[in-house]
Amino acid sequence: MTLLETEKLTRAYGGVVAVNKVSFAVEEGLITGLIGPNGAGKTTLFNNITGLDVPTRGRVLFEGKDITAAPAHKICRMGIARTFQNIRLFKDLTVVENVMIGRHFKTGKSESRGRFFNAINSYIRLREEEEQIYGRACEWLDFFDMGGMKDELAKNLPYGKQRELEIARALATDPKLLFLDEPAAGMNPQETDHLMAIIRKIRDLDITVVLIEHDMKLVMSICDTITVLNYGQKLAEGTPLEIRRNQSVIEAYLGKEE
Amino acid sequence: MLNFFLLILIYTGIYALMALGQNVITGYGGMLSLTQAGFFAIGSYATAILATRYGWSFWATVPAAALFSALFGLLIGLPTLRLKGDYLAIATLGFGEIVRNVLNNWDSLTNGPMGIQKIPMITIFGFVVNPYKKYAFLVVLFITVFIAYLLFQRLARSRMGRALTAVREDEIAAQSMGINITKYKVYAFILGASVAGVAGSFQAAFTLSVSPGTYTFMVSVMVLCMVVLGGMGNFKASILGAFIIQLISYLPQLTGLTAIIPPQFKQILFGLILVIMMIWRPQGLLGRERITYAKGGAR
Repeated sequence: MTLLETEKLTRAYGGVVAVNKVSFAVEEGLITGLIGPNGAGKTTLFNNITGLDVPTRGRVLFEGKDITAAPAHKICRMGIARTFQNIRLFKDLTVVENVMIGRHFKTGKSESRGRFFNAINSYIRLREEEEQIYGRACEWLDFFDMGGMKDELAKNLPYGKQRELEIARALATDPKLLFLDEPAAGMNPQETDHLMAIIRKIRDLDITVVLIEHDMKLVMSICDTITVLNYGQKLAEGTPLEIRRNQSVIEAYLGKEE
Repeated sequence: MLNFFLLILIYTGIYALMALGQNVITGYGGMLSLTQAGFFAIGSYATAILATRYGWSFWATVPAAALFSALFGLLIGLPTLRLKGDYLAIATLGFGEIVRNVLNNWDSLTNGPMGIQKIPMITIFGFVVNPYKKYAFLVVLFITVFIAYLLFQRLARSRMGRALTAVREDEIAAQSMGINITKYKVYAFILGASVAGVAGSFQAAFTLSVSPGTYTFMVSVMVLCMVVLGGMGNFKASILGAFIIQLISYLPQLTGLTAIIPPQFKQILFGLILVIMMIWRPQGLLGRERITYAKGGAR
């Protein structure tokens, strides 16, 4: 079943068309890879889907609903979480606080009651609410074997752990769909292996994963399906094997033989 | 001498309320606002006008003052949402000046530069809190400061305080975590404004008269100094900062050196303090408050 799809999504910055009529589909339960040379429009596509940027034309559908141009916080609340290419942690907060922020909108809301009641109720039951948030945050940290670093400041973590913390924070929002923007960038081979194991574990939690990545070993070994972008356009899509043999993909990466 | 010290304590209380509000806006929300004087003035005039013209009791005017100021907090918060840093400072500074100019010129309502006199004193169950006998006033004021402190402290340790911190740290990441950043920025302004409005009420009930000359830009600067000196993101520190700054600004009078030290001296001193703090202790005297999470959530 298609969880998310973009219909001819276009994003132009003045005359530069960063993403050009890309129709991209994400199947539920799979790990989808999004690859392409630098400047191909991968991150722009992510930003347009997750509400940080507004498409010039085209639509974004999530579970059949049109979410084009919805604000980022609403998209997150619908169940789409993301990480960033250049890590965007709350650097001066502790590790556990970072994850607790991910639980922000998951607590203190009762649909059957009004806003005012919820506010008062949250105020009175503050301690209980905080315990719930803290408990869930710790569970996610344990998932990443980071329980021991709870009270460290996020900026003091080693690089690989910072990337993992960002994923933990995104997962704390209980997403159905998780976007990872170059999760392995700057990681050493051991860290990358650990990351691959984690991404598989995330898929086993029934969370659909979409990742942008340049590490071909990672992409080819964990992705179920791959979409290739080049110069803002979709070049190919298919299984890792098909992509590996696709002539135009090879040309895009290695250049054409004269 | 003692009397003078009590006066300093009273101004500490009044300014501490404003500093608490500034701390929500600047310390937690990370927005450099210079408009507390404006909210302070609106609170004072709300109390003055409602008490003298419509005969409201002081305690009825306090929530009204808070509400009025909060309304203006919303009005200044919404259009300035996209501004950051120095641009926001200038826009909010402008707002404070607009308020003062309106008070100066709207003669029919505010009596212009003459101000409003004969504001009734605070009464509690028939007991008159005479500001000339400072003890009773001090008690009432500091109970209010304490309640405000408790409320803000609780807020800071809640989901909402954390969300505001997230907005300060990284707006884009905060948005992507499902936090409505617009809402929280405006909330910060509303809260900061309303408590400054309450401070205004107490100012009116203490001096028993209000005039636009009290609510200058210097007030906003002093409040900002208090928050920076004490430590951003720490409500206890804001109250401490308020005390220290008030002590310094009344130092010439307190030491009986008014003949030697001119009153402008305090402005030099504020500048010096800010520069020294920025160089050696940018986090303020007490620094940001860290919340420790034990097994049972927030302490």
